[in-house]
This record gives sequence, structure tokens and C-alpha cells, in this order.
Amino acid sequence: MIDAPVIEMRGISKSFPGVKALRGVSFACARGEVHALCGENGAGKSTLIKILSGVYRPDAGEVLIDGKAQHFSHPQNALLAGISVIYQEFSLLRERTVAQNLFLGREPLKNGIIDSRAMITETQRVLALFGIRHRIKPETLVADLDVASQQMVEIAKAISLNAKVIVMDEPTAALNEAECEVLFALVDRLRASGTAIVYITHRMREVTRIANRVTVIKDGEVTASFDTVPAPEVIVRAMVGRDISEYYPEPAAPAEIGKPVLTIAGGSNASLRDIDLELRAGEIVGFAGLQGAGRTALAMAIFGAAPLTAGTMTLDGKTVRLLTPRDAIRAGIGMLPGDRKASALVLMQSVRDNGMLTARSFAHALGRRNSNRFIGIEGMDGLLDQMKVRAPSYEQEMRFLSGGNQQKAIVARWLALRPKVLIFIEPTRGIDVDTKASIYHLMRDLARGGAAVMMVSSDLPEILGASDRIVVMRDGRIVGQFDRTATEAELMLAATGEAAGVAA
Amino acid sequence: MTEQTAARPEVSRRRLPGVNPVYVLVVALLLAIFIMNPAFGEPTGYMNFLKRVAALAILSGGALYVIVSGGFDLSVGSTMTLTLTVIGSSMLASNDPNSTYWIIPLMLGIGLVVGLINGLVVSYLKVPSLIATLGMMITLNGVAFMWSGGAPRGYLPDTFRFFGRFNISDVPLIGILPVAVICLVVFGTILWWGMHRTNYGRMLHAIGDNPQAARLAGVPVQRVRISAFVVSALTAVLAGVILGGRGGVSVDIGSGYELQAITAAVIGGAQLLGGRGSVPATIAGALALEAIFTLLNLIGLAQPVRLVVQGLILIGAVALATYQRKRAGR
Repeated sequence: MIDAPVIEMRGISKSFPGVKALRGVSFACARGEVHALCGENGAGKSTLIKILSGVYRPDAGEVLIDGKAQHFSHPQNALLAGISVIYQEFSLLRERTVAQNLFLGREPLKNGIIDSRAMITETQRVLALFGIRHRIKPETLVADLDVASQQMVEIAKAISLNAKVIVMDEPTAALNEAECEVLFALVDRLRASGTAIVYITHRMREVTRIANRVTVIKDGEVTASFDTVPAPEVIVRAMVGRDISEYYPEPAAPAEIGKPVLTIAGGSNASLRDIDLELRAGEIVGFAGLQGAGRTALAMAIFGAAPLTAGTMTLDGKTVRLLTPRDAIRAGIGMLPGDRKASALVLMQSVRDNGMLTARSFAHALGRRNSNRFIGIEGMDGLLDQMKVRAPSYEQEMRFLSGGNQQKAIVARWLALRPKVLIFIEPTRGIDVDTKASIYHLMRDLARGGAAVMMVSSDLPEILGASDRIVVMRDGRIVGQFDRTATEAELMLAATGEAAGVAA
Repeated sequence: MTEQTAARPEVSRRRLPGVNPVYVLVVALLLAIFIMNPAFGEPTGYMNFLKRVAALAILSGGALYVIVSGGFDLSVGSTMTLTLTVIGSSMLASNDPNSTYWIIPLMLGIGLVVGLINGLVVSYLKVPSLIATLGMMITLNGVAFMWSGGAPRGYLPDTFRFFGRFNISDVPLIGILPVAVICLVVFGTILWWGMHRTNYGRMLHAIGDNPQAARLAGVPVQRVRISAFVVSALTAVLAGVILGGRGGVSVDIGSGYELQAITAAVIGGAQLLGGRGSVPATIAGALALEAIFTLLNLIGLAQPVRLVVQGLILIGAVALATYQRKRAGR
């Protein structure tokens, strides 16, 4: 039915320090087909693509193009071999024109100077190929184009490079309904012209709409491969189907859940719409959803980093307006950011300094650094011991610690202030399995101690295993509430908008 | 950095004690001066050296506050010029010795305003500190020139010159003790305490290390940053008072000091992009810089060579620090 594959990846394995990212993954894509690559966040899709495009080299296995083994040492090699990747973040230069972007680094010369007429003619030819000539002019600045058009330019660039394979990494993430249709039409056209397309997504609707074949990756392994597109439920089960591991602590007994600590009514801002929410003492609430669904925006709104512009928020029954993180911390809210390096750690300072930072920020500025009204240095050492932070010395600079130990030190930072509400964003991202378990137990201990715990996570097993209640968000709204007996498929369907959530 | 935990002696003992290389450098340079000029070993020799270095050392300690917070303050030299030339001498045309008691507080008040403006512009208008303080430097130099008419009009009374010039004589053991050296010890200690013993000092390190993380941890980033510029400007005034006592007053008396202060901090191992720096090491850096200048002088090399050497040190020290940091995996 379909001829020999253009690209074939055989038995690819790749490890990063502490993580086995891929284990014996095989994947192929032929001319004129759209092969959907599905999997949850962190399943290994991106790593696989980076190996295909020469960003990483595999530890084992081989990449074949037109049946010949390739050893890319640089993304440029892959590009020349005909592989173009369109990443979620575009690589276009915003202050250059469409034509200049298309010919970046390979501008046609005429008498030693750049032949801009030839560039524009060729750009028009390529844009005409997929019928978007009327939408995009070669002389337009990329910055003046909307996101969908920028993506078209990326694809046009791939075509003008004579790409045999185009990889699209969640191409619809930033597109609206109508723009998606334009993209699908373009994909159809490319397929008809014989291009091989690897289409990464976790939206079932798109798989059904455009894919010929489907491969599902989970935890670095291929869990299912279909030569025809099966029912969405089948793919979703392959994406999420795993036993919930033993390492989650017991959930809260009904008696342990107390009165509401934090409530939001009609909360809205630029990224959130009409949020009604209640977090209770003793309860861990998991927030599920796709990237950009508004989970982090909600956390940032509660924490005062990107405040609500409408609606009301109450804390312990009193209406509060938290306009800065400082306001929120003073009111008893703590937050552990998902991107620890960028948003939580002061890497050149010691483990102790990292732990003490928040307490010091609310103590008298000219007070002694090693003792304040929240905690002293011995107390901090005690917390760090209790967290089992592994460091040769607590005077060690933070940057030398592993991700798990860094996270535990940041937990100690918040414990020093005994917050009423503690928000964890992606609490176990980049953390080894053992430390994961201790973070879950710690969250449970905090809840037992009377705190309300909010956990934002893209890891569905984690959401189901560690939460007492689950809130699913999509497009800045809360679209479903589930109890912990929900299945991953149910959450996934609610998060992708395939079915409305059932009120719990 | 200097503290090791008592709970883990087995680890700390294995590691070599981390002596900042700047201290070794200072000792080596002072020995070299002593070998070339044995009179340096006399109290008058080294005390005069310390007296000469006091202004720069205090200034560098203050500049370090801004550097650790992740910024630069290029306006300290012009702050010295403005307060010293205009307020200090021109307004003291009457040569009234008693006016020192209100003139110095007035100078400090102007320093406070300059520091506040620097800090507010950097914090709220988001102008990069290098540019904001460069603008302030040019402005203040212009103001100083306009106000003084190109040359200082009056003379500093002896009460004012006391801090930079006076020596306490007949001190047991060391013979003479310049007031400037006492000032260095007092202000150096205050700067050390603020930077290394208070919550404020730790917050300063945090905002220089990662302002976003500091903000999300609850550090009042703007207030801390503004205060760093205020400290820097106030030390500039204090350094100016000592400098004015030592030598003549002119409309470019402070020029060049801003970069000497940054150089001293860098020699002392401060991280130029913020997050790391030590007051004692910076003071040692100022000593090292002055010692290098003294040596060049002894060898018979003139002012232009000083500038070349200073420039090379600044580039070399930053290149070395960047290299070491890269090797340490960051």
C-alpha cells in the first residue's frame, strides 16, 4: 500500500543522567503518509524527534534515511538530508521578512550581492504551492503575521528546503479552530505531494482527522503501534494505561477534610475565565489539563504573581486581594514553581540560604541572618534533615545538588513558614522515583497537618495517585471535577475536550 | 563560604580551606613593595599606604552592594565630585570651620537622593543599571561643573580635612594612626556586617543570583535593589570626604573611581553579574589595586600605564572568573 519508509529508526535508546529517556524505540514513516506520534508529556516524543533531527545522538540503535544509515552530528546534517522539524517555538527571525526567513543562511547571490528579486519569486512559488499565497506576502515582516501564518512560513521554509520529512511538534497548540482547518488542508496537500509527515500530538480529534498510522510512546517505550487509526479510546488507553504504583500515600479519610481554606468565585484574568474553586483544609487537589489550559495561571493568580482582575477570593473566610507574591505569602500561601532553576533556586547560594530565603524576607532586614521569628539556623537544619536533603554540607552551593534534593530544600523553605495553602507545580518533574515518593508523602503530611494542598501536574498517574480530588482545566476554565476513582482516560477526554467532565 | 557546619566535620576537613586568592595577592604585592622600598616597613610607610587606600576601599565596599545585587553603579565618582567640589568647597567659601558639622550631613543627604534616584530608575523604569548610572554620572558631572563654574571656589576647612589628613601620633606599637584608617576599619566593619551578617545581605545575594526566584520567594526585590544604590552613593560621599581631606579639590577629583571600585570588587572575586561577593575580599582587592599602582610608581611608570594596567586587570579578572565558573558547570 505504501512504499519503503523514507525514515526508519531502529531500536533507539537514549539516557540522560538519571533518566532512561528512550528504550529500544522503533519508528518509521513513508512517503505520502502522516504518522501520528502520541504520548503524554515526558513520554519521550521530543527526545525521539531530537535524535531524528540530529540534536541528540542515540546511545543505541540507528537512524536510516532512504534505507541508508545516518550519523548526524549536527542538526544541519539532518536538514541537508531532508528532515525539517517545526518546533512549538518557532525559529523565525521576527524582524525579517518572510522571504528573508525562507532563505536565511542560503541567500541567492547575483554579482556578489543578495538577489532579493529571486528570493521573492521563489517565496511566492512556494507559498502558491499550498494555496496560501493570498494570505502571506514575501515582503511582510514575520512579526506582523499572526501565529498561524508564522507556522505556515515555517512549513514553507521546510518545503523550499526540499524536505522529504516534515516533523510537526504539536502544531495546533497555538491555533484556533479555523486556523487548524487551514493547517489540516495543508497537511493533506503535502501528503498528496509525497512528503512524509510525522505529526506529534495528544489530541485525539487531530489523529482521527489526518493520520494514516499511529504510534504511542509511554515512558520511553513504544506501547502500541497501529497501521490504521483505531478508536480514540484505544489510543488513550495505550497512552495512559499503567498501574498506579505503590508509592502513593493513603488518601485523606472524609473526616480528615476540614472547612474551606481558600475559595474563589467568578475569578478571571487574561488567562482565566470564571473560576469557581474551593480548597479545603486537609485536602490535596490535583489540577489536570494540557499545557496552556490555565492551571499554572490559576496557581499564579492565587499566589499573587499574576492576580485575578475579576471575582473574589477568600482565605479563611475573609476576602483577600493578593497583588504580589509577598501579599500571598504574608496571607499564608506558598508556591513551589515548576521550573525550579528559573523560578525557585538561588543557585550560587548555599542550601541553607535557599531554605532560609523566605523566612529572612519577612524578618527584620537588619536582623541576624541566622535567627528570625520564623526559624533559626538549627531549625532549618532540622527541616533539611527531616526532608533527607542529601548534600555534603548545608553550606554547599545549591547548584551542586540533584533536582530532587533541590526540590526538597525548597519544600523546607515553605515549611519554615507553616503555610495554610501550599501550591506545588509539577512537583516531581525531573526527579528520581525514590524522591518522588517522599514528595508525595510530604504533601500528604502537610495536608494532615491542616494545610490545603494544590498540585498542578501534567503527569496523570501522579494526579490520580496523589490527589483527593481532581480538577480538570481547559482554555482557562474549570471543565470538570472528579474524585480519585476517575480513570486517566476520563481525565484525558475532559482535558482535550472530547467529552464534558462529570461533576463529582 | 567561610563557615563550615559543625555537624559534618569529616567532609569539611577533607576539602582544602578555600582561601580567596586575593589575600595571597595582597601579601605578595606588599612584600614586593617592601623589597623595593624598605621604608615601607616603617609605620609611616604602611600607614600612609593604608591612608591612601582608605577612600577607594570604602567606596569599593559600597559599590559591592550594587554588584552583588546584579547591577553596576557608574555614578559614584561623579557623586564624590559633586558633593565634595560643589557642596564641600564652593559652599564653604567662608572657610567657617564649624560648618563641617552641617556640611557633611548635607552631603550625605545629597548622596541619599542620588542613590534613591538611581535605584528608582533601575527598579521601576527598568533602565539597565549600567545605562542609568552612566546617565547619572554625566548629569552630576555637568551639575558640578555648572555650579562650581569650572573650578572650586573655596577651601576645605581643617575640621573637614580631619578625616582624610589627620594622624594620631604617639600610638604605642605603630607610632602613627591616621584617622582615615580608623574610618576604613569602622565603615568596613559596618559594610561587612550588613552584607554578611544580616537578612538584608542574604536578600541582596538572592536578587543578584536570580531575581525571579527571589521575587517568588517573597523578597521585596525593588526595595532591596534601591537600598543597594543608596548604600553605594552614601559610601561615595564618605569616600569623598576622606579623599578631600587628603589632597586638593578639583572638578574631576572623583573621575575614574567608579571603575577602580568595580575593579577592586572583581579582584576580590565578586561575580560581576551578581549573587556573589565579599566585603573583606573587596577591601583586599582595593589594597591590591593600590599596591599595583604603587609598584608601577616605584618602577617609574606613569599615569597612562596605570590606566592600561587597570583595564587589563578588569578584563583578565572577569575572564578568569567566567572561565572558572564555566568549569564549575554553570
